Amino acid sequence: MGVFEIRLPDVGEGVAEAELIEWHVKPGDVVREDDILAAVMTDKAAVEVPSSADGTVLELGGEIGAMIPVGGVLVRLEVEGAGNAAAPAPEPEAKPAPQSEQGAGTEPEPAPPAVAKRAGHRLPPPEGAKPLAAPSVRARARAEGVNLRQVPGSGPAGRISHEDLDNWIASGGIKQGGVTRGRNTGVEEIRVVGMRRKIAEKMALAKRQIPHITIVEEVEMGALEDLRAALNKKHEGSRPKLTLLPFLLRAIVEAVREQPGLNARFDDEDGVIHRHGGVHAGIATQTGQGLTVPVVHHAEAGSLWDNAAEIQRLAEAARDGSIKREELSGGTITITSLGPLGAIATTPIVNYPEVAIVGVNKMQIRPVWDGQQFRPRKMMNLSCSFDHRVVDGWDAAVFVQKLKSLLETPAMLFVEG
Amino acid sequence: MSDLKCKLLIIGAGPGGYVCAIRAGQLGIDTIVVDEGKPGGTCLNVGCIPSKALIHAAEEFHRIAQAPQGPLGIRCGAPEIDFAKTVAWKDGIVQRLNSGVAALMKKAGVRFVEGRARFLDGKTVAVNGSGQVIQAQYIVIASGSAPVELPDLPFGGPILSSTGAMELTQVPDSLAVVGGGYIGLELGTAFAKLGTKVTVVEAEERILPLYDAELTRPVSARLKALGVAVKTGTRARGYENGRLQTSQGDVAAEKVLVTVGRRPRTAGIGIEELALTQDGPFVKTDSHCQSSMRGIYAIGDVTGEPMLAHRAMAQGEMVAEYIAGHAVQWDKRAIPAVCFTDPEVVACGALPGEAEGTAATLFPLQANGRALTAEREDGFLRVIWRQSDHAVVGLQAVGAGVSELSAAFALAIEMGACLEDIGATIHAHPTQSEALQEACLRALGQALHI
Repeated sequence: MGVFEIRLPDVGEGVAEAELIEWHVKPGDVVREDDILAAVMTDKAAVEVPSSADGTVLELGGEIGAMIPVGGVLVRLEVEGAGNAAAPAPEPEAKPAPQSEQGAGTEPEPAPPAVAKRAGHRLPPPEGAKPLAAPSVRARARAEGVNLRQVPGSGPAGRISHEDLDNWIASGGIKQGGVTRGRNTGVEEIRVVGMRRKIAEKMALAKRQIPHITIVEEVEMGALEDLRAALNKKHEGSRPKLTLLPFLLRAIVEAVREQPGLNARFDDEDGVIHRHGGVHAGIATQTGQGLTVPVVHHAEAGSLWDNAAEIQRLAEAARDGSIKREELSGGTITITSLGPLGAIATTPIVNYPEVAIVGVNKMQIRPVWDGQQFRPRKMMNLSCSFDHRVVDGWDAAVFVQKLKSLLETPAMLFVEG
Repeated sequence: MSDLKCKLLIIGAGPGGYVCAIRAGQLGIDTIVVDEGKPGGTCLNVGCIPSKALIHAAEEFHRIAQAPQGPLGIRCGAPEIDFAKTVAWKDGIVQRLNSGVAALMKKAGVRFVEGRARFLDGKTVAVNGSGQVIQAQYIVIASGSAPVELPDLPFGGPILSSTGAMELTQVPDSLAVVGGGYIGLELGTAFAKLGTKVTVVEAEERILPLYDAELTRPVSARLKALGVAVKTGTRARGYENGRLQTSQGDVAAEKVLVTVGRRPRTAGIGIEELALTQDGPFVKTDSHCQSSMRGIYAIGDVTGEPMLAHRAMAQGEMVAEYIAGHAVQWDKRAIPAVCFTDPEVVACGALPGEAEGTAATLFPLQANGRALTAEREDGFLRVIWRQSDHAVVGLQAVGAGVSELSAAFALAIEMGACLEDIGATIHAHPTQSEALQEACLRALGQALHI
């Protein structure tokens, strides 16, 4: 019996990694050659990966949503015969604390301190000198895409061993920043692929096509925060917890009623603005792979709690990779919020081809002059950007003021008329 | 005649070309090799191999001739040599290896086409003679190099190239060697041992100018002991009436061996029309031996110095693997170079002063038991090491038979050894290799035998 590693094949020109979107097998399954093992998503298409051997699945190479580099291990199979890989090292079991032979109570011997061997004359090799490593280590580093100049060597003269390479790969690679004894001349090459390339293209497109205008306004949040706290207390356990976002969503729904030009998509090739009746609000969401914008469709039809639940569900789906394509498209306006990281002001980029984006900055207690004295108030800034080609400054300002008044007087959010 | 098609076409069946072909064949690449000569190239036919055979014969002859004067108590009469027989023996070895290489290529499934290849375009060559046209996805230029001719001493008649010197059927009475590099000195020394009066004419200030004076001094001393006249700083001007004219007077010479270097063989193959980027006279290549044209690779002497068979072989192997899709790259740290002079010189990695922050430590063979028992205590071993971390970055030796140390030298540098590694490795006693360990120990201030 041997272990056979099935690696992710080259799935297309210029594709360095692919996202795992579906497993067709699980550990313990018996597979035959050409059985489909998994589906992966490149930025061009979904590709099914067949097995290249008969065997029993030992181990899967990643979770759904993981990015697998081309050449990376996708599945380990147990096969008849020798296989093509060393058997995986058994997982080190959690060992009980070592018992001293003298009996309980004595302290286990302290581990020897992890000091560099013979640190006396140890200096980084001179600049330009090639890292010391045996040819087999160099070959493996090449195969793994590791730049040996960045790998700290534990051997004499900083020589890099197979073990050093293993540790480096296991630790996730490059050491950047921080104070080092010598010059850190490492340069890590990261190919901009997949999701990151998509984000880069989208951002560049938005910035290139859209002349942005950004308005920053401060909002007194005390009343809304009181309301939010009261509602959460009242429905604790029975309904989803309300964050600020569903309130803001409601405010936007109200505000665009008077300014439908802001809840729109601008087809600049044909020169047509599509004003939408429904509010499909994108919620900028940070995931492990980068920024995505899941869309709460028909926010106008959902209750506060409906929208809260939907925002929560979409964020989780975006993060675990199970989000559907249609849930990532069709937005008519976008909210971007970094929560406590939200800074004082930001300059959000409009989510092309939409025409407006509402940026939420951090909430904090600030002194506010009420005519007689400074009072502590919960204040929060909104930084909103607009496509100035189709949104005039006047309209933008009116929209922001409307949001401000709705949020400061939250009863207006719920009073008909 | 229908056109031949293949995935990989290799121009030249020298050490670079045939190794590339064998590896490519082993990797299942459909491969054709074109060469106008017998497989093996310069190295096997008119270079490394036949010259080593001549050097061996000369050494054997010389030892017998010198034995009665030696300290070993051997008595014998003056030896004689039937040089025609020597040459036949040498040719036999060459033939054996020719057919060996041909068999290895055949075994790997490689097709061999005899003739001179000429590029029609970047994917097609025509073979002179047969007119056969071959189309290939990848082409490797492994056309090698040829001896440089001096305008005042054109090859022919008494003026010999290294190739001509190995075709002599009689030992000449006198020989002038123009060019004191390793090829001239190897052959000059061999003929001196066979009884020829040899004069070496070198334009530079010393022989083996690529190496430092310390390393070449034992060779100079031995040449003197063998009765070889060495005229450095001297230029050859021409040859007339059995005399070589030089800037420092005439030298009587029945034959003149011109070994002033080798030039890449790029002419006549159509490389010019491809307009490949050149590096001086050589084809410029990247870290995968790829030329400036996609799909065209160049390996060996045609790509520049050092012009060594083992470099070409390693490049050929790498290119074949690269074309097969393996993640390989030219990342060699150590290319050992050997001069089969007497004593031999072997050098690998940096010379003294070549790399910043390095020091040189020397261990003389006089302190090596094996050298003494072989009557050859001339020479030394030298380690060049980095002071900051003790990494060994260069190793050189000069001494009788030290060429075999090249393996240890290259291994040490390629593996990234430091002084402590070699110092802590047991080296067999009594061998010359102990000098390697001792030199490293000495660099650490821990020498035992000096």
